[in-house]
Amino acid sequence: MSGPSTYVPKSGFARWMDSRLPLARFAHDTMLSFPTPRNLNIWYAFGAILTTMLLVQIVTGIVLAMHYVANADMAFDSVDRMMRDINYGWLIRFMHANGASFFFIAVYIHMFRGLYYGSYKAPREVLWILGVILYLLMVATAFFGYVLPWGQMSFWGATVITNFFSALDQVTPHWGSAIATWLWGGYAVGDPTLNRFFSLHYLLPFVIAGVVGLHIWALHVPGNNNPLGIEVQGPQDTVPFHPYYTVKDGFYVALFLLIYLGFVFYAPDFFGNPDNYTPANPVVTPPDIVPEWYLLPYYAMLRSVPQKLIGVLVMAGSLVTLAFIPWLDTSKVRSSRFRPMMKQFFWIFVLDCIVLGYCGAQSVDAVRFGVPLVWAARVGTLYYFGFFWVVMPLLGLIETPKPLPASISQPVLSPAE
Amino acid sequence: MKALPLAVLALLAFAPTVWAEDTIPVDLSEPLPPKTQTWSFDGPFGMFDRAAVQRGYQVYKEVCSACHSLNRVSFHDLGGESGIGFSAAQVKALAAAAKVPAEPNDKGETYDSSGERMTRAGIPADHMPAPFPNEEAARTANGGALPPDLSLIVKARNGGPNYVFSILTGFGHKPPHGFTVQTGKYFNPWFPGGNISMPPPLTDGAVTYSDGTQATVAQEAHDVVTFLTWASDPKLEQRHRIGFGVMIFMLVLSGLLFLSYRRVWKDAH
Repeated sequence: MSGPSTYVPKSGFARWMDSRLPLARFAHDTMLSFPTPRNLNIWYAFGAILTTMLLVQIVTGIVLAMHYVANADMAFDSVDRMMRDINYGWLIRFMHANGASFFFIAVYIHMFRGLYYGSYKAPREVLWILGVILYLLMVATAFFGYVLPWGQMSFWGATVITNFFSALDQVTPHWGSAIATWLWGGYAVGDPTLNRFFSLHYLLPFVIAGVVGLHIWALHVPGNNNPLGIEVQGPQDTVPFHPYYTVKDGFYVALFLLIYLGFVFYAPDFFGNPDNYTPANPVVTPPDIVPEWYLLPYYAMLRSVPQKLIGVLVMAGSLVTLAFIPWLDTSKVRSSRFRPMMKQFFWIFVLDCIVLGYCGAQSVDAVRFGVPLVWAARVGTLYYFGFFWVVMPLLGLIETPKPLPASISQPVLSPAE
Repeated sequence: MKALPLAVLALLAFAPTVWAEDTIPVDLSEPLPPKTQTWSFDGPFGMFDRAAVQRGYQVYKEVCSACHSLNRVSFHDLGGESGIGFSAAQVKALAAAAKVPAEPNDKGETYDSSGERMTRAGIPADHMPAPFPNEEAARTANGGALPPDLSLIVKARNGGPNYVFSILTGFGHKPPHGFTVQTGKYFNPWFPGGNISMPPPLTDGAVTYSDGTQATVAQEAHDVVTFLTWASDPKLEQRHRIGFGVMIFMLVLSGLLFLSYRRVWKDAH
């Protein structure tokens, strides 16, 4: 849909500039006149929400970095000083900490939306893969960021995650530990680890911003998918991005910020772990080491396997799987609206992720309703992989999709149908 | 009708949990759930009860500070906008009454001729003096246990203020049959494991309140937890106040954007 440009320079300076560096033409074509399917619903607002949250995180993060001290002896105190002595330091810090959680809430809705409406299918495979890369970069950034306050959970979370690499010892003795030592810059998580994590935590958001640029570029070549999952056939199916989607996205962004700021001001520690208000202590292990909520499903998958190396591979595999989805789905129909079986398996998958998240938050030997949670996590892990590697390829062959509408404008223009 | 669920919620929030003495369960593999209390700082409009937080400071100073430090709080924090209502003169007087370790004198000495650590009167910029010079000294004086610093204690524990209140008022119960109270420890079923190194810190009349409030254990605990919540989160009032304005602004902004959205899209369908 990167059709012919409709930009008309209005002044002499604009014409002069347009034949040298057509920035205004670029902005006009991508943000104003860009033809967008007229039937996008609320779930399509999360791209704009994510862009907003990235901006919030970068701005608050830059201010925090002005006051933060990346030193194992001073990091915790410097964060506490922000909360007490820096003007509005508490506001900036709570915005950043809760911003991470809401960034992930938004990205998970955005990903589930892509799954439901088949937004990964041709010609949007590269768009999807760039999204998977963005998600992995977000996970890495969030992990590095969580280490920085240097509380108990920061320290022990970093210890557990970096120790995954030592699982490689089971394949090539000593190599795994050597990688872990190299990552730590010492023989345990310590001051050098904190310093490099801070450096990477500052770097990666700008890498994310760059990949977001590619992600939007890859979106603007084929154009948006839509809830019907059928191609745009002509101008009657689209509206210009501005004002139609600037105002619609704007409304949903404001609504999302309203909820987010509600947590910032009234439940700022809701997503946090109380143990992280205790300074890191390498000789005292907290009773339960749990990652942040957005990584709990992966943590549950890791712990569901009794063998460490295989557990790590399962967890890595669950992430890598996402990149193969465009080729695992064999259906000719994109949107689950017209896929009666896929719709059911999709919602079971959503439930599965929630169950896995719940299992990841409980202690290893927890039992609920007479079921050891480790077994619930095992079933959940099987379904996670089964959904992508078995259900997706098979459904395309055996499922009879419902008839597709002739065009986007047809069902929109005749609501009686 | 919309107010009904809110009213029910408010009632639930204010209903205190009563734990009868004889219902301490036999299985203490998990500590008892914290007793739910009503706090002045609860809810979106919650503010610290000035009288309670000042009484709480008195309890900290006269009881807790014998073993527990409050390292992250300075005297001037007690005054000012996010303080607990003390005037600048009161803060100065409180600081001056405290003895803090002195800086080296002009001969570079920090110990006097009798080997005592030299002290000086505090100033508002000083942090609360700690009862012990270091962790080892604290452990030696407390049978090997380390009394934690209380600056962030309310935020650093699951259950927050209710948990700290439950610990302070959770002594004096009969251990269930078969439960062993370790030597030198005290039974407290709200503490993980049930064996706590801290002796019951509060007694009726442990402090004398100048405002005439009866100093029962529950009252002292309630007051000191209010103070410690302030110490953990001194910007709570500012947060609640600004948050209210931000919520109104975001609601109006969302409303206006919604109306714009309806208007822009009216002809598109």
